[in-house]
Amino acid sequence: VSIMGSEILDCGDPKCHQKIKAAILTDPCILLAMAEERRPKQCTVVLPTESMKAMAESIGVGQLQEESCVALSEEVSYRIKEIAQDALKFMHHGKRRKLTTNDIDNALKLKNVEPLYGFQSQEFIPFRFASGGGRELHFYEEKEVDLSDIINTPLPRVPLDVSLKAHWLSIEGVQPSIPENPPPAPKEQQKVESTEPLKVVKPGQEEDGTVQGKGQGATAADGKGKEKGLIRLKPRSTHELSVEQQLYYKEITEACVGSCEAKRAEALQSIATDPGLYQMLPRFSTFISEGVRVNVVQNNLALLIYLMRMVKALMDNPTLYLEKYLHELIPAVVTCIVSKQLCLRPDVDNHWALRDFAARLMAQSCKTFSTTTNNIQSRITKTFTKSWLDEKTQWTTRYGCIAGLAELGADVIKTLILPRLTVEGARIKAVMEGPVVSNIDKIGADHVQSLLLKHCASVIAKIRPQPDNVEQYRIDYGYLGPMLCSHVMKARTQAALQAQQVNRTTLTITQPRPTLTVSQSGLSGSAGPRTPSIIKVPSSLTLMSPRPGTPSQPSPPATKYIVMATSAGPASTQQVITLSSSQSASPVTSTVPSATSTLQPLVKLESGSGPGLTGSRPMQKYIVVSLPSSASSSLENKSSVLPTSISSTPIEAGMKLDRSESPGASTQSPH
Amino acid sequence: MAAVQGGLVDAVEKKDIKTEPSEDSGGNNNANDGRLLSPPPGSSASAPGGNKPPAGAPEDQQTLLAVLQFLRKNNLAESVEILRREAGLPEDALDLKAGDSAGAGSGGAGGTVDLEGEDASSLLSRVTVSSSAAAQAPTKVTPSEDQPDVNVVLSAYSQQGDPALYGVYYSGLKRFIESVLDCHRAELSQVFYPLFVHMYLELVYNNHENEAKVFFEKFSGDQECYYEDDLRVLSSLTKKEHMRGNETLLDFRTSKFVLRISRDSYQLLKRHLQERQNNQIWNIIQEHLYIDIFDGMPRSKSQIDAMSGSLAGEAKREANKAKVYYGLLKEPEIELPLDDEDEEAENEEGKPKKKKPKKDSMGSKSKKQDPNAPSQTRIPLPELKDSDKLDKIMYMKEATKRIRLGPDNLPSICFYSFLNAYQGLTAVDFTDDSSLIAGGFADSTVRVWSVTPKKLRKVKSAADLNLIDKESDDVLERIMDEKTASESKILYGHSGPVYGISFSPDRNYLLTCSEDGTIRLWSLQTFTCLVGYKGHNYPVWDTQFSPHGYYFISGGHDRVARLWATDHYQPLRMFSGHLADITSTRFHPNSNYVVTGSSDRTIRLWDVLTGNCVRIFTGHKGPIHALAFSPNGKFLASGATDGRVLLWDIGHGLMIGELKGHTDTIYSLKFSRDGEILASGSMDNTVRLWDATKAFDDLETDDFTAATGHIHLQDNSQELLLGTYMSKSTPVIHLHFTRRNLLLAAGAYNP
Repeated sequence: VSIMGSEILDCGDPKCHQKIKAAILTDPCILLAMAEERRPKQCTVVLPTESMKAMAESIGVGQLQEESCVALSEEVSYRIKEIAQDALKFMHHGKRRKLTTNDIDNALKLKNVEPLYGFQSQEFIPFRFASGGGRELHFYEEKEVDLSDIINTPLPRVPLDVSLKAHWLSIEGVQPSIPENPPPAPKEQQKVESTEPLKVVKPGQEEDGTVQGKGQGATAADGKGKEKGLIRLKPRSTHELSVEQQLYYKEITEACVGSCEAKRAEALQSIATDPGLYQMLPRFSTFISEGVRVNVVQNNLALLIYLMRMVKALMDNPTLYLEKYLHELIPAVVTCIVSKQLCLRPDVDNHWALRDFAARLMAQSCKTFSTTTNNIQSRITKTFTKSWLDEKTQWTTRYGCIAGLAELGADVIKTLILPRLTVEGARIKAVMEGPVVSNIDKIGADHVQSLLLKHCASVIAKIRPQPDNVEQYRIDYGYLGPMLCSHVMKARTQAALQAQQVNRTTLTITQPRPTLTVSQSGLSGSAGPRTPSIIKVPSSLTLMSPRPGTPSQPSPPATKYIVMATSAGPASTQQVITLSSSQSASPVTSTVPSATSTLQPLVKLESGSGPGLTGSRPMQKYIVVSLPSSASSSLENKSSVLPTSISSTPIEAGMKLDRSESPGASTQSPH
Repeated sequence: MAAVQGGLVDAVEKKDIKTEPSEDSGGNNNANDGRLLSPPPGSSASAPGGNKPPAGAPEDQQTLLAVLQFLRKNNLAESVEILRREAGLPEDALDLKAGDSAGAGSGGAGGTVDLEGEDASSLLSRVTVSSSAAAQAPTKVTPSEDQPDVNVVLSAYSQQGDPALYGVYYSGLKRFIESVLDCHRAELSQVFYPLFVHMYLELVYNNHENEAKVFFEKFSGDQECYYEDDLRVLSSLTKKEHMRGNETLLDFRTSKFVLRISRDSYQLLKRHLQERQNNQIWNIIQEHLYIDIFDGMPRSKSQIDAMSGSLAGEAKREANKAKVYYGLLKEPEIELPLDDEDEEAENEEGKPKKKKPKKDSMGSKSKKQDPNAPSQTRIPLPELKDSDKLDKIMYMKEATKRIRLGPDNLPSICFYSFLNAYQGLTAVDFTDDSSLIAGGFADSTVRVWSVTPKKLRKVKSAADLNLIDKESDDVLERIMDEKTASESKILYGHSGPVYGISFSPDRNYLLTCSEDGTIRLWSLQTFTCLVGYKGHNYPVWDTQFSPHGYYFISGGHDRVARLWATDHYQPLRMFSGHLADITSTRFHPNSNYVVTGSSDRTIRLWDVLTGNCVRIFTGHKGPIHALAFSPNGKFLASGATDGRVLLWDIGHGLMIGELKGHTDTIYSLKFSRDGEILASGSMDNTVRLWDATKAFDDLETDDFTAATGHIHLQDNSQELLLGTYMSKSTPVIHLHFTRRNLLLAAGAYNP
C-alpha cells in the first residue's frame, strides 16, 4: 500500500481508504465523543492524525504518510459529524435527551452503512478511559468470557413489563399534592421562604417562579391580583389551609394519637412520604410541642410515644424543610428524654424505651440540622451534661441524660461518659448495696447501670488493648469495672465470632401472615430494570428486639439484617440492612455478592409459594441474617432509598425493611 | 406486492427525494419551492378524487421525459417502460430526445437542461411578480457543464473571484448596512445570512479552504443565533468533496433563499451594490436569493425575527395566497334518539337541538353550509356505517355533558405514566372516545391498552366462528373470544423504533410507522397486522388517520409526505417540497387538507385534492414536532424544539401568536373540544394550558394588515398562560381531550 497523499481520497487505492474509514467508523467511541461535542466552534474539531496512524496500523497499513493522515482525518471527522447530526434526529424522535448507540446505528443505516453490532447497551458506553505518559486513550474492554460460567449462572429475573398508571396531574387547575406529582414547594424554596420572608416581589418578575414552582393553585385571577400589589410580604398560602388540607390534618392528627395501631401506621407513613405537607408543617409542629407539654404533666406515656413517632416521621420526610420549626420540636424531644416522670407508674411502665427512642431522635436531628450557626449539638450536649452532673438529679433524668449523650456517638461517650464511670458506679453502688431507699430508685439505678454497660462496652472494646483484666478494670472504672470487663469480653468475642459465622436461630414467617406485606411500588429506582418491592413490617411485628414487648423501642446495638432475595431458586445477592444502629437510625443497605458469603440465616422470611411475579405475592425468599454490630460508624443517615449501585445487578433492587419506629420509613415511591 | 409496486415507486421516489439534476439543473425547483410537483400520474389515476392525470400539460410531459431520461441513463429499463406506459407516451418520444441530447453532451443531461430552461423561465414569469429587478430569470446552467449529479448543481459556484476579497466584500456590505437609516437596517440585515452561506460555499467549492475557514470564523459570529444549527453543519464542511451528497448544502443551493424586503430598502441596497461595482455580491443575490419586494413601510426587527428562521428564508407572499377552505364539513344528519334526560340537558343550556354541537363555537349558526367549507364531496369520504352512526350519537350525548372550559374553569388533567419503559416510549395515541391507549416503543413493539373496564378481546378463529349462530342478536359479542381478554395486547411486526401511531376514528384499526420505513395497519379486532405500506424507504417519522377514516398521511426522512388510502398499497398523493425531514403530519378536521412540519423549520399546508402546497409558514427556529388544528379548522398551532408554540391563521396565512414558556422540545399540542384552551406538552416535563380564545380574539380586534402580512406580535405569553403542571421527571409526549373536556396526558417515567 504505497499510494499516498491526498489522492488517496479521490483516485488512490479505494480499498485501503475504505478500509481505514470503515475502521474508524466502527469505532463508536469516536462517534459518541463527537456527538457529545456541543461547542459552538466546531469547525476546529478534527481527529488527531496520530489516531489515523494508529488505526491504519491496526488494520495492517503501515507507514501512512503525514499528508494522507491529514486528509483522512479531515474526511473522517466530517463523516462522523454528519452521522452524529443524523443520530440526533433519531434521539429527538425517540423523545429522549440522551443519545444512545442505537441512534448511531440508525444514522448509519440511513447512510447505507452497516450498523455497528454489539454496542447495544442502553445505559452506559462500554469504553474505558486511560491516560498516562501524556497519552489519553479510550478503549473497549473486552474480557474473556467463560461460556460455562454464563451457562451455569442462574438466569436473572425477567425485567418488569411496561405498565400504565394513571394519576391526577391537576384537578380543575390545581395540582394535588400526591406522591405521583413533584413536591409543590421544593425544599430550597421552603428555605428561601423561611430565610427571606420579606423579599420584595415586583410584578411580572415573580410570575414565572410562582406559577411554575408552587402556585399551581394560582389561577389567572390570582395572578392578576398579585400583579397589583407591589410588595408582598409572604405568600398567603403558607398560612391558610384549604378545606382538604384541614380535613387531612384532622384525620392525620387523630390517627396519630388514636387507638388504632394500623391507622396510626398509615398516618405516619403519610407524614413521612407525602410531598405536600409543608403548608401544614407549622401546625404539626405546634401540635407536637403542645401535646408533649400537656402529656408530660399528665404522665401519659402512650401519647408521648405517639408524638415522638410523629416527630420521627416528619424528619423522615425528604420534602420538608424542618429547620424553621426546630425551636418547637427540640424542646419537646428533650422533654421526653430527661423528664423526671413520664408515666403514671414509673416502677412498672417502660418509659425507658421512650427515653431511648427520643434520644435517638435527638441524635438524628443533631446530625441533620446542627450547623455552626445554630450549634445544636453542643448546646444539647451541654444541657445533658449539666443535669447529669447535678447531684440531686433523679435516676430517671440521669438515665435520659446518659442515653441522650450516648446516642451522639462514640466520641461523646469517650470524652464525656467514660471519665465519669467511676463516680457513677459509686452512686449506683450506693443505691444497689446500700439501705433500701425506694424501689423506684433501685430500678432507676439498675437501668442506668445496664445503659452504661451497653454503650461503654463497645467503645471500650475498641479503645482498650486486648488483655481484659478484671482487676485492672476495677481500678479504672470502680464499681462498674468487673461488669464492664465481662461485657467488653463478650463484645470482643462476638465481634470475632461474627467475622466468620453467626448463630443460627431461625424464624420462619410465611407470606400469608398479615403483618408482612409485600407491595410492588410503581416505578423502579434509578437505573434498575426492576421495580423494587417494599417490605413493610409494621411495628406490631417485632423482628429482632432484645427486649420484646416494647414495639416502639428498637434494640440499640446495630444489628445487621442481611436480606437475601431469592427468586425461584437462584440466590443472587444479599442486601445488608442495618435496622437500628446506635449511630444512625436509618436502614442502610449494601450488597454482598452471595457467592462469597458463608452466612447462615438467623431470621428467615419466606414468602408463600405463589408462582412467578404475578400480583403482589412474588415468589421470593427473604432470608434475614443477623449480624452483631460492627464498627461501622459511617453509616449514612439519608433516606433509605437504596444506593444505585445495587441496581446495576440485575436482581431485586430496592428492598426495605420498614419499621414504623425505625427511621428512614420513607417509601420508595418515586411517582 | 413490493414487486408490483417497485418500479413505479422507485421512479417516483428518485425524482422527488434525491433532488435530481434533471430537475434542478433546469432551475425548476429553484423557482418554485412553493409550487408542488404534480402527483405522479400512476397514483393519481387511482385517487378517489378523480382528478385528471396531468400528463396532458406540455410542461409535465417535459418533466416526464426528463425523468425517463434519467432512468434510462441509470439503466432502469423496466422503470422506464412502466412509466412510459403509464404516461401514455409514444415509445419513440424518448428515443428522439435521447438522440438529441446525445449530440449535446454526455448522458443526456444537456438536452434536458435546454428544454427545462425554457420551462423554468415560463414558470418564473408566473410565480414572480412585483419585483422587476429580482425577477430576472436565473442564470441557466450552461449546457456545456456536463458533470453528472450534484456537480451540475454545484457548478454555479464555479465562478472565480479573488478569494481574499470575499471578506472585504462582505465587511464592506456590512459597513454599508450598518450605516443606513435605522428603518432599513433591520430589513437589509436579512441579507447577511444567505450571503454569508453562499460566499462560504463558493470559497469551499473553489478549494480555497483556508480562506473559507478564515471567512467563517470572522463572520459566523454575526449571524442570528437561530441559524446556529445550520452553521454547525456548514462549519463541518470544509472541502469540495464534502459538498457532494450533503443534503443541507443541496438545500441551500437548490432552493432560493427568500427574503422579504420593502421597495425602499431594496433600492438602497441595489444602488449601493451598483455604485461599488460589487459584482460578486450582486451575482449571489441574483442567483441564490429571491427577494420578495413589497411596497410600504419597512418591517421592524421584531417583525422580521418572528418570521425568519427557516432553512430557506421566509415564505413568498404568493405561496400563501391560494384560497383554503378551512371550514368544517356539515355533519351528516343522524336521527338522534334523544331521551328525556338529554333533552332536558340541552334545554337547560338554552341550546337549540342541533346535530352539530361542535359548530356552536365557530360562528356557523345555522345548518347551512359554512362559506369557508369545502363542498361535501370535494374529496370522496367513506360512507358512514351503522357503527359510526352509533358512535356519533354517543359523541353528541357526551358533548352535551361537556364541561365548558375557560380561564376560570381549567380542565382536570389525568396523567398516564408508562412505567418500566426504559426510555423506550416513542409515540402514544388515544382513541377519540378515550377508551384505548396505544404506545409505540423503541424496541419495535406496539402495545395497546384498554383504559376502561372493557378488556381487549380477539375475534375467534375461523373454525370457531363457523360454530356460532349468525342470526343471534348478540352475534358481535359472540364472535369475540373470551379467552383472549386482557388489558393490553402487544403487536409485533415492525423492525425499528415506532415513531408514529394513530387510531382510526372507528377504533377498528391502528396505524403505526417506524424507522424500518414502513407504515403498518393493524386490526384491533384480531390484533394482527393487515397491511404494510411501503414507499418511504427511510424512517417514517409520523403518521395520522384522517378524521373521517380511510385516508392517512405519513411523512419521514425522505422529505416527502404521502397520502394513502387504507385499501391502496400505493400512495394517492405525494407532497414534496420540504427541504428536510418531515417530522410531523396532521389532517385538517375537514380532511381536505394536511399539514406537515419539517426539520427545515417550515410548516406546509397541502391540498389533498390537488396535491398543491397552499400555505407555507415560517417562523420556527427548530424542527417542528407538534401540530394541532383548532376544532373549527381556522387555526393551527405548532410546537418545535425551540420550545415555542406558534399560532397561525390558516385563512389569511398569517402568524397570529407566539406562546413562550416551555424550555424544551414541544412534543404534543391539543385544543380542547371547543377550542378554548390549548394544551401543550413538552420534554421539560410540563403540561401548559394557554388561553386560546384570548389569543385568537386579540387578533381579531386588531386591524388586519393582511395585505402585507406583516403582523405585529404582542408579547403576551404570560397573560395567555393559564397554568403549568409539572410532572415527576416524565416528559409529556401526548395530550388528548376527552369528549367531556378532561385532559389526558401521557409520557414515560424516566427516573
